[in-house]
Amino acid sequence: MVGLVLRRVGQAALIVFLVTTLTFVLLRVAPGDPFTATVEHPLIAEETREQWRAAAGLDRPIAEQYIRYLANVARGDFGPSFSKGRPVSEELASAVPNTLLLMLAALVASFVLGVALGVFQAVRRGSIADRAIGGVALFFYSMPDFWLALMVLLLFAYRLGLFPVGGMLNPWSYEYYDIWGRIANRLHHLALPAGTLTLLSAAAIARYQRSAVLDVARQDYVRTARAKGVSERRVVTRHILRNALLPVITLLGLAFPALLGGAVFVEKVFAWPGMGRLAVEAIGTRDYHLVTATVIIAGVMVSIGSLLADLLYAAVDPRLRET
Amino acid sequence: MLVAAWLAVVGVFAGVCTLLARPGLIPSPNASPWRTILDRITRDRLALVGLAFLVTLYFAAAIAPWIAPYEYRVQLDIVELKHQAPTLAHPFGTDQYSRDVLSRVLHGARVSLSVALLSVLLAISIGTAYGGIAGFAGGRLDGIMMRLIDALLALPRILILIAVLALWGGVSLPALVILLGLTGWFGVSRLVRAQVLATRGQDFVVAARALGASPLRLFLRHVLPQAMSPVIVAATLGVGNVIMLEAGLSYLGIGVPQPRPSWGNIIQDGAEYISTQWWVTLFPGLAIVLTVMAFNVVGDALRDAMDPRQVDGR
Amino acid sequence: MTEPLLSIRDLRTWFHTDAGLARAVDGVSFDVGARETVGVVGESGCGKSVTALSILRLIQPPGRIEQGSRILFEERDLLALDERAIRRIRGNRIAMVFQEPMTALNPVFTVGDQIGEVARVHARMSRRESRQRAIEMLNLVGIPAPAQRADEYPHQLSGGMRQRVVIAMALVMSPALVIADEPTTALDVTIQAQILELLGGLQERLGTSILLITHDLGVVAEAASRVLVMYAGQIAEEAPVRELFANPRHPYTEGLLHAMPRLAQARDRLAVIPGTVPAPTDWPSGCRFRDRCPYAWERCEREQPPLYRIGAAHTSRCHLADEPERRAHKHPPLVVQQGADA
Repeated sequence: MVGLVLRRVGQAALIVFLVTTLTFVLLRVAPGDPFTATVEHPLIAEETREQWRAAAGLDRPIAEQYIRYLANVARGDFGPSFSKGRPVSEELASAVPNTLLLMLAALVASFVLGVALGVFQAVRRGSIADRAIGGVALFFYSMPDFWLALMVLLLFAYRLGLFPVGGMLNPWSYEYYDIWGRIANRLHHLALPAGTLTLLSAAAIARYQRSAVLDVARQDYVRTARAKGVSERRVVTRHILRNALLPVITLLGLAFPALLGGAVFVEKVFAWPGMGRLAVEAIGTRDYHLVTATVIIAGVMVSIGSLLADLLYAAVDPRLRET
Repeated sequence: MLVAAWLAVVGVFAGVCTLLARPGLIPSPNASPWRTILDRITRDRLALVGLAFLVTLYFAAAIAPWIAPYEYRVQLDIVELKHQAPTLAHPFGTDQYSRDVLSRVLHGARVSLSVALLSVLLAISIGTAYGGIAGFAGGRLDGIMMRLIDALLALPRILILIAVLALWGGVSLPALVILLGLTGWFGVSRLVRAQVLATRGQDFVVAARALGASPLRLFLRHVLPQAMSPVIVAATLGVGNVIMLEAGLSYLGIGVPQPRPSWGNIIQDGAEYISTQWWVTLFPGLAIVLTVMAFNVVGDALRDAMDPRQVDGR
Repeated sequence: MTEPLLSIRDLRTWFHTDAGLARAVDGVSFDVGARETVGVVGESGCGKSVTALSILRLIQPPGRIEQGSRILFEERDLLALDERAIRRIRGNRIAMVFQEPMTALNPVFTVGDQIGEVARVHARMSRRESRQRAIEMLNLVGIPAPAQRADEYPHQLSGGMRQRVVIAMALVMSPALVIADEPTTALDVTIQAQILELLGGLQERLGTSILLITHDLGVVAEAASRVLVMYAGQIAEEAPVRELFANPRHPYTEGLLHAMPRLAQARDRLAVIPGTVPAPTDWPSGCRFRDRCPYAWERCEREQPPLYRIGAAHTSRCHLADEPERRAHKHPPLVVQQGADA
């Protein structure tokens, strides 16, 4: 078990290193540098730009820049954000928790919903309910995240007026609420973006869970359980589900990147002040350091996610426990 | 130019269809499975509907310039005809520049489909080559190549694309296709490598090796035909995925360059006015959902049909 | 003769598949007496396992036990019971020992838990009691250090041990009948012998009947007192074990016996029955064995043979019983003449 943990942590570290390298390379091969594109102003002389470059260390040999870049990133220094006028790390510090909140809410909700639906479908395989849920799941599974976000926004915020249009809280009234009012206000704002991500991700999980349950239901040990006189309900909840949840844990690791990708769009549509929106804004303003930092942080989050999923798997599956 | 490119896309599609339909053309040691696969698919009604939808869409897209009511960039009447809700004359309404949304969605189908198809074609070519090399090389090289794939797969594809496109400040259409292709082959390479490893151990391949067949010949004669089915399934599901990716990028303004319409571009135009002019966003989105659904349905059916575990009558 | 423990009459289990109607078990009747061991032999695909599963109604759709079949057990028709009642019989009065001990045990539960579950379900035991019971059972089937083994997972045990665990699981409630479906197939020869010995010994001590399903006539010879030979969903021949080995009447039984390594030792090569069991979706008309039979003549094509009575406890589904003189006309079977290479 300890060996496994160490090995996986090593792998995660390697992946983060590769991601950082990749973004550095991308930064280098991209046409221009932060000082040609971000500050396009005819009155700024080329000499001034050269001075800035020297100050940022861009005139050094590439190897040196690379080492320096790694060292800076390792210290949590992602450079200055040109559009925000403050260090990228500060921007990230305020945005990352918001994204984590959104993702965590969606992750929990979509797993509960997806697993429940998938198991229900598998148990009632071939029934009308199974087909209906399968069709709806396929529908959401085939939907671009940003478009679903837009449609949800249109329907529930603009047309029905049930939920706020965007943001994390009501900037005018939030101050005056008591603690419960504040929580309610935040939940009210969280509902649409988290709900959008949940629908998208639950659709994928339900599809996966259904086939996982059907796969396990074919196994000999399920027949053994029936032959022992175990009731059908117990066969499903105990003998099948325990095994069918194992592949879903793997999916948990894979859901992380998908949710993060979805968060980019959902945050933009619902003006959720998280990493995704930060990245989109950084694209618009060509804020190089901010873009690369969000990509690196995303890589870190994804590696941690898959690391946790692997460890969870090992903890649940006795076959992996003692190696 | 664009028409020629589009016809090439249709040609490739038609070629794949013929390959699927005529087992003899695929140099497979066991050619008859294609027949069974085809039989099974035709039994799956939903997949047939999906396939029919895709074929219709293809030809509608191919002849879009002739069937679309208007040119995609023509601004009909910027005063009178802007922000028109759907009417008989403009079934999908008009956008803020008074352009006909139906015409733009039809032209958008062309762009979105060809970008997706070409990039998936590129992706499976690269993935097949890479996976084949890793599988045949084995040992250390294989290990390094696969660790690299692990790292690349760990990153959300959308984030890689956003990083590249944002840093490069938007790219031309061919460059976008290449970028989508370059970021889409990681999974395919794993599939092909697994197939190489599985095939390499089989007796007839060992025999062929002993007789001095070159790795390339082995790959083309024995591995590729067997790897075809998972790769085709992955490609079919991949096309749907890329359509959504391209739409997302275009929505962010770093995908297909404006004013050429892709479905994502049209949504980008409409998103700003969504609270009142919903039709500009709704219709291209529906086009995406239906198309991606069709690809998923067909892909699922292909996978089920090619699953060797599903033996008839058992 | 006293009332048999299990009495099966005209059992038909059909699978309604896309590819057509597969009559996997097609009119099987036989009895199992108290404390008796009955062997069922045949090639794979002949309906042995489906018969076994039908007894406990473990057939999954598209499979179905057809109307008119009857399975009498302890004077109750199992096919008429409701779901609750049949559950009370499964694992309690009738238990199954499955083949493939690798896959018959659930990988995520300890073996003690899985054995104890039977007691928890049928005797309403607590977890603690059931664990104690599981340890006793592990001891009974000869697993050393049972208290320790009870807390291990299936993957930590060897194949032979797992098979013992599966047997222990079947015996928890001291059932009246144990259905053992290929209990030794996945094991190597020495372990096979141990398991058979174990089953025999337990039967003597606990007084259970055993329905032993196998494709291996050697296993039957060692363990069973009476043998049913199944072919193409039907019983081809039934006889006491000595009688069957000494005086087989059905050409299929003959073929099986010739294919046994022990009897074939003196020959230079093993005789094999040519061809394979036909698909259950289209059994041949007339005699189902005729394509592979070295005696077949036109009557076999025309007329399906009934079960001819040969002796007090010996029956055979072959027209040879009616026209014994045909035995002189031996010829290569049809499949060989057609040069079938399947």
